Amino acid sequence: MNTQEILNQFKPLKENLLPILHAIQDNNPQNYLSDEALKSTAKYLNLPLSSVYGVVGYYTMFSRKPRGKYIIRFCTSPVCGMMGSINLLDWFKQWLKIEVGETTSDGLFTLEESECLGRCGKAPSMMINQDFYGNLTPEILEEIMHQLQKS
Amino acid sequence: MVEEKRIALKNSGLINPENIDDYIKVGGYSSLKKALSGSSSIVIDELSAAGLRGRGGAGFPTGTKNQAAAISCIDCDKFVVCNADEGEPGTFKDRIIMETDPHILIEGMIIAAYGIGANWGFIYIRGEYYTSINRVRKAIEQAYERGFLGKNIQGNAFNFELEIKLGAGSYLCGEELTLLESIEGKRGYPRIKPPFPAEKGLWGKPTLVNNVETLANFPAIIEHGGKWYRNMGTEKSPGTKIFTISGDVNKPGFCEVVLGVKLGDLINDISGETIDAKPWKSALLGGAAGTFVPYSFADAEMGYDNLRERGATLGSGAIIVMGSEKPLIPMLQNILKFFKHESCGKCVPCRLGTNYLYEQSLELKKEKGLNRNEILDNMVNHARIMAKSSLCPLGQSPILPLESLQRHFTEEIINE
Repeated sequence: MNTQEILNQFKPLKENLLPILHAIQDNNPQNYLSDEALKSTAKYLNLPLSSVYGVVGYYTMFSRKPRGKYIIRFCTSPVCGMMGSINLLDWFKQWLKIEVGETTSDGLFTLEESECLGRCGKAPSMMINQDFYGNLTPEILEEIMHQLQKS
Repeated sequence: MVEEKRIALKNSGLINPENIDDYIKVGGYSSLKKALSGSSSIVIDELSAAGLRGRGGAGFPTGTKNQAAAISCIDCDKFVVCNADEGEPGTFKDRIIMETDPHILIEGMIIAAYGIGANWGFIYIRGEYYTSINRVRKAIEQAYERGFLGKNIQGNAFNFELEIKLGAGSYLCGEELTLLESIEGKRGYPRIKPPFPAEKGLWGKPTLVNNVETLANFPAIIEHGGKWYRNMGTEKSPGTKIFTISGDVNKPGFCEVVLGVKLGDLINDISGETIDAKPWKSALLGGAAGTFVPYSFADAEMGYDNLRERGATLGSGAIIVMGSEKPLIPMLQNILKFFKHESCGKCVPCRLGTNYLYEQSLELKKEKGLNRNEILDNMVNHARIMAKSSLCPLGQSPILPLESLQRHFTEEIINE
């Protein structure tokens, strides 16, 4: 679907800005909101472009930078943090050879730091796209990554 | 031995959450029919009689809140909003309800709407809760198909339209007025209150905002009556509460128990012993916007007022257990990082204050001995100023963990 087709699914009301942004971003294979798409959105909703950018910039789930096929949301909130996620994140960064906010050179993985994902019973935890992984250790992380690389 | 008493979670794990027939078979939607057969004021009366208090964390009396929305105006547009933007660290109760029994939430919302006379509702779910979103979405479709939502519900002159709105990664949108801004398609900046949502909420119309767990109690209260509910728990904190226990325990997880249960029993009986089998060092009650308590609180009764009298909070029901060897400074640092990250930047005390407190927590770690005492003192003072001058609960929260940490663990911090 192109941007205009997505926009046409919504009534041109300001309250639909967040749902539209979600839909456009989910539809983009690189999981991001392009400047062009944001311009079309502003025009469709008759909003100043600045106000659309203001909303995009506020919410952490929206990205204006192209991202990988898999978005890793790695929880470093208090519970996961105390259960070891901060050291684990250091290990993971070295393994992926990227910093938080970056994408691996093969375009597969984007590493993001996340606040509480509500999976504190299985800390340390993370999400990859819509899937959840808990009780993480370096070994488990390595196995998950290998499986995703193969698929 | 603490035993579970399930009301909000009564069907959790027992029925297929994606099949409305399963829910109906166990008595689902019969409370709605009962409510619709009587006057709308009965709903409010039963909620008030039940003494139910808001389960999102603030513990405000639900009956009073719903009453305010009901009487705000007659024959005008009103909204019911369910706050499903769960994000308090250590809390995952609403996710469990939405994932395992979404219809109990929908039934609760329709009852709430009938009680205050609203014809439109929204469930605002945080964007990362994919399973919750999918299950609630499916449940809404099924409820429409069976005539529990839409026009002339079950043949009564009552209409209610319900839709999902998605968050996009902002803790602050769990604050009720900020949540309304987000539904309107704006940045999540808090509004000044008053006016409260019951007077001026969504698009300036009277709006009732209730938490998922709060709403999930409505069907049982209508079915059995407010008195039945009030007979459980303590005088000022009636009923049951879902607690989510995490950290250094053998069996982290969730449970629903009658309020008034002792903290130590809850941790021991529900979550097994601590990992090292020694008494825990501290429990953080209510998440990041919560309070640290020492092991001497094992005898504390879990209720809103009893805990407040002892300088602690019940909050969202999060219990984060720190074992005997767990250092406290990194935990504090992580909490302050959280507030710094989630501060929206609208008001100065919070924007600058959350950054400053985080920086000071780094200093606290660097320093040794009595100097730490001074730094902690300075942090508490700053947090107190923030609490008095910030616009919304976010800037008012860092004082809770800081002050309780200072009260109970100064010596620990100096020697850590």
